[in-house]
This record gives sequence, structure tokens and C-alpha cells, in this order.
Amino acid sequence: MKVVIDAELCQGQGRCFSIAPSIFDFDDLGSGFVIGDGTLSPETMDLARLAQANCPEHAIFIEESP
Amino acid sequence: MSTEAEAKRAVVDFATDWDHTDPTWVHDPYPIWEDLRERCPVAHTDRYAGGWFPTTHEMVSEIANDTEHFTSRMVVVTNNKFPPNAPPAPMGGAPPITSDPPFHRFARRLILPAFAPGPVNALEGQVRALCTKHLDALGDAKEFDAGSKYAQYISPGVIAKMLGFPEADEDLFRDFVHLVLDLVDLAPEERGPLFLPMAEYFNAQIEEHVARPREDFTSYLLNVEIDGKKLSLEHVRGTMVLTLVAGIDTTWSAIGSAIWHLAQHPEDRARLVHEPELLPVAIEEFLRYYAPVTMARLVKEDLDFHGCSMKKDDWVLVGFPAANRDPMVFKDADKFIIDRAVNRHAAFGLGIHRCVGSNLARMELRVAVEEFIQRYPQFELADPSGVTWAPGQVRGPRAIPLRVLA
Ligand code: HEM
Repeated sequence: MKVVIDAELCQGQGRCFSIAPSIFDFDDLGSGFVIGDGTLSPETMDLARLAQANCPEHAIFIEESP
Repeated sequence: MSTEAEAKRAVVDFATDWDHTDPTWVHDPYPIWEDLRERCPVAHTDRYAGGWFPTTHEMVSEIANDTEHFTSRMVVVTNNKFPPNAPPAPMGGAPPITSDPPFHRFARRLILPAFAPGPVNALEGQVRALCTKHLDALGDAKEFDAGSKYAQYISPGVIAKMLGFPEADEDLFRDFVHLVLDLVDLAPEERGPLFLPMAEYFNAQIEEHVARPREDFTSYLLNVEIDGKKLSLEHVRGTMVLTLVAGIDTTWSAIGSAIWHLAQHPEDRARLVHEPELLPVAIEEFLRYYAPVTMARLVKEDLDFHGCSMKKDDWVLVGFPAANRDPMVFKDADKFIIDRAVNRHAAFGLGIHRCVGSNLARMELRVAVEEFIQRYPQFELADPSGVTWAPGQVRGPRAIPLRVLA
């Protein structure tokens, strides 16, 4: 599974990188982005889901890896 | 309270005649919103030359995200929809909050870097020092007003430094904010002239910064070049005013509400004292439950909105705080749950106008609460009836009479 941020939807609310700084970071404008390729391990899955559930813009998606 | 406000006609039914400056609403708006959400869910008023108030999270989100039908040109409901000298769309008087796309994106991107987590985190030490200074000033007082002696001081100090204004002018800033956000129900001819001293103050600051540029946000705005062009002075002044107004009593209100809550909930206070790592989660619940900021839009063209026939230039009050209490979105929405883990609140707005200052506001709120409970692990309201609330679109306690325990 992979986590992605839809950059069109992200408004920089800042919840993801506060909740899960090991998975998300922020750029110079304060928008969130996924660190690396976003592949989730069983250990990071719950944290990614928690960040997703807290995103006010519904900008975080967790997808099956291709 | 002004004589104007005292002379106001009291609201009988908020569904057909809402007024966000009515004393009942100012004192405790939540039962009103809950009732409207079940009954309407969009309330109407003929006051302020006509406006609407949707109360569900879904509708608030829909409007915040629909810049095609709703304009941000005016975001504070007053009796003066189109002040004669207000800069027109798409910039509006205080970019980016009064701007619509596509200009909005330009005005917003300019200021985002200054408020990104990096620069903001660098201010934490300064905020902490400010908090300790004002706590130290309380000495061994056992009773004091945490509103006027603590909450109100944190954000103006930070903003003054950021803009490069003298800290000694703090009282003036609070007057400006009071004028822009609280004195909204005046006649246009009464309200207009009150803005003169504020305009003069900002012009003087601009002149001073043109003459002596320095490393601050004002100088940045004056000197930044986009495609080889500087910003218009109107733009610079508008963004300065916005930063001052948006940065002061919003955060002050959030800090005040948190202290007010903790004074009445010893169990929550004890948890924060003993589990400081819970603070970031608790901060989000303070923001959800006591969201201080409601913004407005104007209807662009006649429009049917879920059965409401909205007319061009009607106000729409975008109740982010009401959205935050919607049981369709939040489990036990009417309960304050200090460790609420899933909390998709809209306190900082939704969509393209998301609060630019949200990182700063969160940090100030966290540090201010942390320092306060470290100094005073136990306190209660000395006089619950002495608590007063700011009227209008920014809600927070102004007087919070406290008694320190033990
Ligand atoms: C707890 C404190 C705060 C709350 C709850 C808050 C809330 C909000 C909300 C709801 C909006 C959206 C307005 C809309 O949709 O029309 C907003 C916009 C804005 N806020 Fe805040 N705010 C806070 C503190 C601050 C601070 C400290 C600053 C900066 C110093 C700031 C600067 C701004 C700016 C510049 C905008 C306009 C953004 C745009 O239009 O793109 N705010 N704020």
C-alpha cells in the first residue's frame, strides 16, 4: 500500500506532518508532501490512516501499490 | 457596550432574523446553532441588508470551496457592504482574504513562506519568553483576569515584531481590531470615519519602512518583486492590515477559551499537567470546540442554494465554528474530548483561504497553554458571571476572572 497527497486538494492545513512526521513533510509554502515513495509498512499503516482521517481537505489517499 | 448595541432590537427567532451580535448569541451561540441545524438548516436575516447562515458542515464546506458563486470581497458582515473607497475585486481591501481567484493565488503565495512551519517554529522561543514575561508580571496575585492580563498579550507581541511595529503600540492594535471586528453594527456614516486613525497609522509605518528598510514582513512586502514589479501600496497596506487583524484577536480568543475551559474542567487540566505530550492533540480539540473564527462571503449572482433563493450581494456567514459542532461529522460533537484522535475540524477554514497563520496560531496556543498550566497547575473561575465574550465574527472570552488554587 502507498500513501499519496493530492496536491490540488492540499491547502497546507498541516495536520499530516504534525501527526505523522515520519511519513509526511512540508515544503516552503507549508504544503504537505509524502516522504520518499510513500510505501507503507504494517507499522506505518495506522499512522498514515490517522493522518488521513484528520485531513480537513480529504487530500490524503491510501492506494494499493501497483 | 455602545449605546448603539443597547438600542438594538432583540432577536426573537434566529431562523428568520439572525444577528451574530445579539447578546444571546454572543453569550452562548451553540444552542442556537444546534436548533437551527435541526430546524432549517440555513437561517436568514434581513439585518445587515440581508444574509444567510448555513449551519451544517457540508454546506459550510460547499460554500468555502465554491468561489464561483460566492465572493470573498467582503468577509466581515457590517451595514456597509460597499464602502466607497474599498479596493474592488479581485484584490479587495485586505489581500488575500478579500481576494478571489485567480488574483487570490498570487496574493497568497507571496505570504505563505513567511508563515510556513520552518520560520514559525523559529519564533517559539520568542513566544515562550513573552508568556513568561506576562506570567512573571502577575507576581503572587491569587486572583486576576487571565483575559486582560495574559491571553490578550501574546499574539500582539508576536505580530508587532513580525511587522516591525513598535511593541509599545499594542494598545492601538487592539483598538484597530475592535473597530474592524466588533463595532460592526454601526451605521456606515458612523463606522467609516473611525477608520481614519488606523489608515494614518499604517501609512506612517509604511513611510518609516520605506525610509529605513529592515528584516521584517513590512519591508518584505514593500520590496518583493514579482516578474520585475513591486506590489501596489494598496496591496501592501491591505496585507499588513490583514496580518494585524487576523493575527491578534483570533489567537487571543483561542488562548482565552482554552484557559476558560481548563478553569472549569479540573480533570482535563490534570491530564495536560501530567501528560504534556497530549497537548498537540488537545490543541486541536480546543480549536474544534471553541473555534473562534467565522468568516463571510457575498453572493455573486442570484442563486438557488439548497432551496434558499439567495440574491446577488446577500451576505453568507460561513460558520466554521458551527460546522465543527455538526454531529454528522463529529462523534459526540457537543462533547469536549481532550484526547479526540480523529478530529477533522474546520477552525482554520476550508479550501483556498485556509488560514495562512495556522502554524503560528497553533504554536502560540500550545506554548501559551503550556506555560500557563506549568505556572498555575490549579485554578478556577473566581466569578463565572464576570466572564465576557467578544461580539461578532471572532468569538473568545475577554474577561476571565480566575482564582489560583493551592
Ligand atoms: C486560532 C487562531 C486563528 C484562527 C481560528 C484563524 C482562522 C482563520 C480562518 C477560518 C480563515 C479563513 C477565512 C475565509 O475562509 O474567509 C483564516 C484566514 C486567514 N488567516 Fe487566520 N486564524 C487564526 C490566526 C491567524 C494568525 C495568527 C494569522 C497571521 C498572523 C492569520 C492570518 C490569516 C490570513 C492571512 C488569512 C487569509 C488567507 C487567505 O485568504 O488565503 N490567522 N483564518
